Amino acid sequence: MTATAEQLDIAPLSTEEAGSQYLTFTVAGETYGVDILRVQEIRGWEPVTRIPNAHDCVRGVLNLRGAIVPVYDLRLMLELDWVDYSAETVVVIIKVRQRDSEKHVGVIVDAVSDVINENDIEISSSPSFGEHIKTEFIASLATARAGAMVMLLDADRLPIAGANSSDEDHQADE
Amino acid sequence: MSIDMAQFHQVFFEESFEGLDIMESGLLDMDPGAVDSEQINAIFRAAHSIKGGAGTFGFADISGFTHTMETLLDEMRDGRREITTDAVDVLLKSVDVLRDMLTAAQDGGEVDQANVDTQSAELKRVLDSRPGQEAPAAVSDGESETVSEATSAPVIGWHVVFRPHAHLMRTGNDPLRLLKEFRDLGDTSVSCDIGGIPEFHEYEPEDACLSWDIHLHEAVDKYQVQEIFDWVEDDCDLAIMEIHDESAPAEATPAASEAPSPAPAPAAESKPDLKLADPPPERRAGVDRRKPSKPAANTSAGSIRVDVPKIDSLINMVGELVITQSMLSMLGEDFDMQDVPKLLEGLAQLERHTRELQESVMQVRMMPISFTFSRFPRLVRDLSSKLNKKIELKMIGESTEVDKTVIEKIGDPLVHLVRNSLDHGIELPEVRAAAGKPETGTVVLNAYHKGGNIVIEIKDDGKGLDGDFLFNKAVSKGLLKEDDVLTQQQKYELIFMAGFSTAEQISDVSGRGVGMDVVRKNINELGGSIEIESELGVGTSIVIRLPLTLAILDGQVVRVGDETYIVPLVSIIESIQVRPEMINLVGGKGEAFKLRDEYLPIVRMHEVFDVSAEHVEELTEGLLVIVEAEGRKCGLFVDDLLGQHQVVIKSLEENYGNVEGVSGATILGDGSVALILDITGVIRLSGARQDDFRLPRSA
Amino acid sequence: MASILAVDDSASMRQMVSFTLKGAGYDVIEAADGVEALNIARDKSVNLVITDVNMPNMDGISLIRELRNLPSYKFTPLLMLTTESSAEKKQQGKAAGATGWIVKPFNPDQLLGTVKKVLG
Repeated sequence: MTATAEQLDIAPLSTEEAGSQYLTFTVAGETYGVDILRVQEIRGWEPVTRIPNAHDCVRGVLNLRGAIVPVYDLRLMLELDWVDYSAETVVVIIKVRQRDSEKHVGVIVDAVSDVINENDIEISSSPSFGEHIKTEFIASLATARAGAMVMLLDADRLPIAGANSSDEDHQADE
Repeated sequence: MSIDMAQFHQVFFEESFEGLDIMESGLLDMDPGAVDSEQINAIFRAAHSIKGGAGTFGFADISGFTHTMETLLDEMRDGRREITTDAVDVLLKSVDVLRDMLTAAQDGGEVDQANVDTQSAELKRVLDSRPGQEAPAAVSDGESETVSEATSAPVIGWHVVFRPHAHLMRTGNDPLRLLKEFRDLGDTSVSCDIGGIPEFHEYEPEDACLSWDIHLHEAVDKYQVQEIFDWVEDDCDLAIMEIHDESAPAEATPAASEAPSPAPAPAAESKPDLKLADPPPERRAGVDRRKPSKPAANTSAGSIRVDVPKIDSLINMVGELVITQSMLSMLGEDFDMQDVPKLLEGLAQLERHTRELQESVMQVRMMPISFTFSRFPRLVRDLSSKLNKKIELKMIGESTEVDKTVIEKIGDPLVHLVRNSLDHGIELPEVRAAAGKPETGTVVLNAYHKGGNIVIEIKDDGKGLDGDFLFNKAVSKGLLKEDDVLTQQQKYELIFMAGFSTAEQISDVSGRGVGMDVVRKNINELGGSIEIESELGVGTSIVIRLPLTLAILDGQVVRVGDETYIVPLVSIIESIQVRPEMINLVGGKGEAFKLRDEYLPIVRMHEVFDVSAEHVEELTEGLLVIVEAEGRKCGLFVDDLLGQHQVVIKSLEENYGNVEGVSGATILGDGSVALILDITGVIRLSGARQDDFRLPRSA
Repeated sequence: MASILAVDDSASMRQMVSFTLKGAGYDVIEAADGVEALNIARDKSVNLVITDVNMPNMDGISLIRELRNLPSYKFTPLLMLTTESSAEKKQQGKAAGATGWIVKPFNPDQLLGTVKKVLG
């Protein structure tokens, strides 16, 4: 336990409590995970209302019990090719923190796979990929018991509107 | 008994701030020539209450400061002091100081003591200046009298003759209680004189007919004895005599103890024995009713005061709603097709109740615009003296009700606009006179409801805007090219460009940095618009239109391709189907159409919003929604109109961000989201696409 | 326990009076102006009335006059809250039938002392 906790300190994952669980999902064959405490709900894909002149990865907004929540396509965030949505496509609603405020955003993924305990994985804190892969919001890599690799996302660093890194991208007209 | 007075402080502060508002507006309304006595009474009462509360709740400095103000006000309301502009000015500044003191006390902050001292000195200066001609010869205070009565022989006790008047008990006083109080002071011997008891047939059981001779063998201060009779001094004959050491009780058999009728008056000469009624230090007007106090303008944004009737109506409405709901659920339990009419009726009822409830809830948030307007008399007064201008402020429609959020946000833009009018609009008296205008300029603030909007006008009879001057200025600043062609209206709107200041030199009145561009932005953010009308030499009028509430909007649902958008009804002038002959291509670039005598640009919504789905391309096959924003009209080209709805405005920024051309979102009946158009933004977007429709942009 | 009707349009003063007296075990009823107080007093007879002078709708002096005319309030102590400077108000109050006054500003101890004296 101690060792894991130390590693968590290193990782910029903003987990709210130790002993976290991660929701994992697949995008283009890869497995990604996000702190389950950040997950508000998971819903099947339904058409959303498009936001005009927004960045491509913003698919639109949906009605989350009266609140207007933007929906982003994780494939496009990762700069992968877009595929048609299917019956398996889901929207994971997660909470992200931006400066002082908390926002809810929907993230479209290919399919939800599992919930894993952090005990069951081994986290390596320094992911390194080739230059062609977007990595700024991937907090760390983890290896599950079965040997499969899970990329853990840092929810607060997702390139959403209002985020420091790529704000302009999203607001700019073409 | 120790009671934590702090628990009452919040209420005291709230009341006091309300009192300050009453004082401030009262003082501002005060015309030194003719003062309404109720007016000055109201101001006096406010000061009086603050003083009383501050004293009770332990704010001695506030109480002391207010005391001086109260004294001054008291002399004014009695007509013993003339009401001069100087005095009113000092009082106004004192209100500010008092507000600072109260704020500091409330927040536990530091008060600017030097400022307080200066102002105290100012108040004293006014107070010490000779009051008006009606001043009484001597304003004596009780202290000096007692001093003069000092006697040489040591006092060892008091002999009191106490003869109650017949009605004493009917004031709720009880002679027995008074006698008991003597015992609290020390050794007392009392003898009762029953000589006053009438014959039985004349006996009135409710009358007091006994009298007493009281000897207190204790050298207490005279005031302690007097205090016992404080409440009854006019309801009895009373003689208080010193018992001196030589054990010879003062040989004053006061007339009072003999003659029951004319109370202590004749005895008054036989000093030092009789307590004199305090000379009335001032003359007072009759008791006045206090006007219901206005709710405080500066209560925190977090709470809202709601009249009880509004709450009652809400509760009634909820009651109705509950009844309808239970009726519907009963109907649903055992539903039969025969019940369909009943169901429909129930649903209609539900709709009605929901709508009424919605209206009532909106009512709760409505407040009179006077909350915002109330600061202007002071502002105009202060600024006009600073600018050496003569300016009269007229306010119309102060009771017009607006949503609380609008009230909170419109204040600063309005202040800016009014300052502008005073600073740049109204000319100096000499200039005005030379131009054949009255020396006193007029600024009118007018608020009224018009078609679901609140309209606020700021109108002055100043020098007006000079379009050519503005144009040249914009050119010289590199904001425009010399060969740009602008209409007069567009020239006026140049003042909304960022970094455009019309003042030849920046004065500290109209501020720097923040300009009219910020004002326009703030108003746009409230879903409103701002327009200018001006005539050189005659005056300028600025018209602000704001939605009554920021929560609900009447919208026209339009379809563009497979998307639906909401156009605020307030922006829509009309919707038309164009005929081919109306369409005109302007210079081969943009499209325009002729509506009666005007050529209006066409904004193709599918282009502006980049709609990829199949949509109507042919202008004659779709519809043109003629909209107006910021004085500009255009036709929005859409596929179809889908109906009008009242929609609840939801924030897009909460989870996303600002979207150009979109002011917010709403949820339609089917649960889907529709975006609400921001007409100004849409025009701007289309302007970015169409060269010939360039507008002065603030970016 | 004795019941006291506390009348003041200032909520802070009313709260303070009421809190102090309740703490001493009195039964306190509050009213915000003379009209409200008079209605309460007609319904329920109280042992003591403490009223402010300056109030909307019906001021304290009128209230005292009205109360004194009610048979059940013929001998009831009626106190008014005044300030030291308002000698004339005291006179008006007395003329209307007030028993006495409590001078503002006062602290809870002074208030209790006076009330105890009056109620015995």
